[in-house]
Amino acid sequence: MNVNATFIGEMIAFVVFVIFCMKYVWPPIIGAIEARQATIADGLAASDRAAKDLELAQEKATAQLKDAKAQAAEIVEAAKKRETQIVEEAAAKAQAEKEKILASGHAEIETERNQAKEELRQQVAVLAVAGAEKILERSIDAAAHSDILDKLVAEL
Amino acid sequence: MSSSAEVTSQEYIKHHLTNLSVGEGFWTFHIDTLGWSIFLGLVFLTIFRSVAKKAETGVPGKLQCAVEMIVEFVDDSVKSTFHGKNPVIAPLALTIFVWVLLMNAMDWVPVDLIPKAFELVGVNYMKAVPTTDINMTLALALGVFWLIIYYSIKVKGISGFIKELTTQPFGHWTLYPVNFLLETVTLLARPLSLALRLFGNLYAGELIFILIATVGVFQLPMHFVWAAFHLLVIPLQAFIFMTLTIVYLSLAHEDH
Repeated sequence: MNVNATFIGEMIAFVVFVIFCMKYVWPPIIGAIEARQATIADGLAASDRAAKDLELAQEKATAQLKDAKAQAAEIVEAAKKRETQIVEEAAAKAQAEKEKILASGHAEIETERNQAKEELRQQVAVLAVAGAEKILERSIDAAAHSDILDKLVAEL
Repeated sequence: MSSSAEVTSQEYIKHHLTNLSVGEGFWTFHIDTLGWSIFLGLVFLTIFRSVAKKAETGVPGKLQCAVEMIVEFVDDSVKSTFHGKNPVIAPLALTIFVWVLLMNAMDWVPVDLIPKAFELVGVNYMKAVPTTDINMTLALALGVFWLIIYYSIKVKGISGFIKELTTQPFGHWTLYPVNFLLETVTLLARPLSLALRLFGNLYAGELIFILIATVGVFQLPMHFVWAAFHLLVIPLQAFIFMTLTIVYLSLAHEDH
């Protein structure tokens, strides 16, 4: 229990140990710990950023989807409009065509009727002449007209 | 247990409290204290150095984790008390904490085991717990004391240090001698209390272990209880020594 030269030896050992620890033990270990802490902090920050990015991207995607849907609806609407327009146009065109055809038909019929009328008229004249001839033939009674006939025969 | 017929309890205790020493008077060296403390210091430095050499910044191994836990614990203790920049304090605190802890932990080794083993090879005295030797604790405390003086003068200058010792707590110049007396006592009390606290606790603990070893068959449960109690005492004394070292050194850095 008495104080003696032992403490001098222990003090030397103490100083040597502390210096060794200061030079070769403490700096690498604390350096490794701090480097790891920095890495972990960076990793956490990066994951935070990634989560935020993901959220933003999702929002953007949703907005784009909404836009696309609206656009699609617009396109469908326009197509429907165009469809009715085309149908209407086609109907109008068909109507016009029909009227044109009808008109030309009427004209043709008219011409043919006129032609027929003309022919008929000509044939009626011939018939009338023929009829007149027949009538004339019959009305020449032999008795009544015998003198004429006789004269004719006489003249022969 | 060696209280056989020819060895009385008194002799047994006295035997266990005697250091293996060489030399005369002041120039006596306690070979066992020196040997065990240096051995344990080398154990500490070897383990920590092996981890430091291949310190991995990525995923650490198990030993590195354990060492890093201790290093971080010490680092936190230093940072919570000492706010300046000093490359010595943290490694100093680490060395004190682990070294004192290892030396204290020798208290758990059964009191007869090491002395008996050495008796077999012809060495008659062997006190295996270095911190039960006042020389050991005094050496640590004086090491810290010189650092206190060194940093006080380095930070405040000689005049600042002398001013600190003389101008407080009383402001009047006639009371400066009284101040100086009080402050000197305060200053000297620091290493002394450091040394005596550690020595006293461990010496008393060891003494009780030895006393328990003399009571016959009931020593087994008593040893167990006392050893379990030392689960608190051993780390606590190491921690107190380290913390007070940090506190004293941070006081030395403070300007009043």
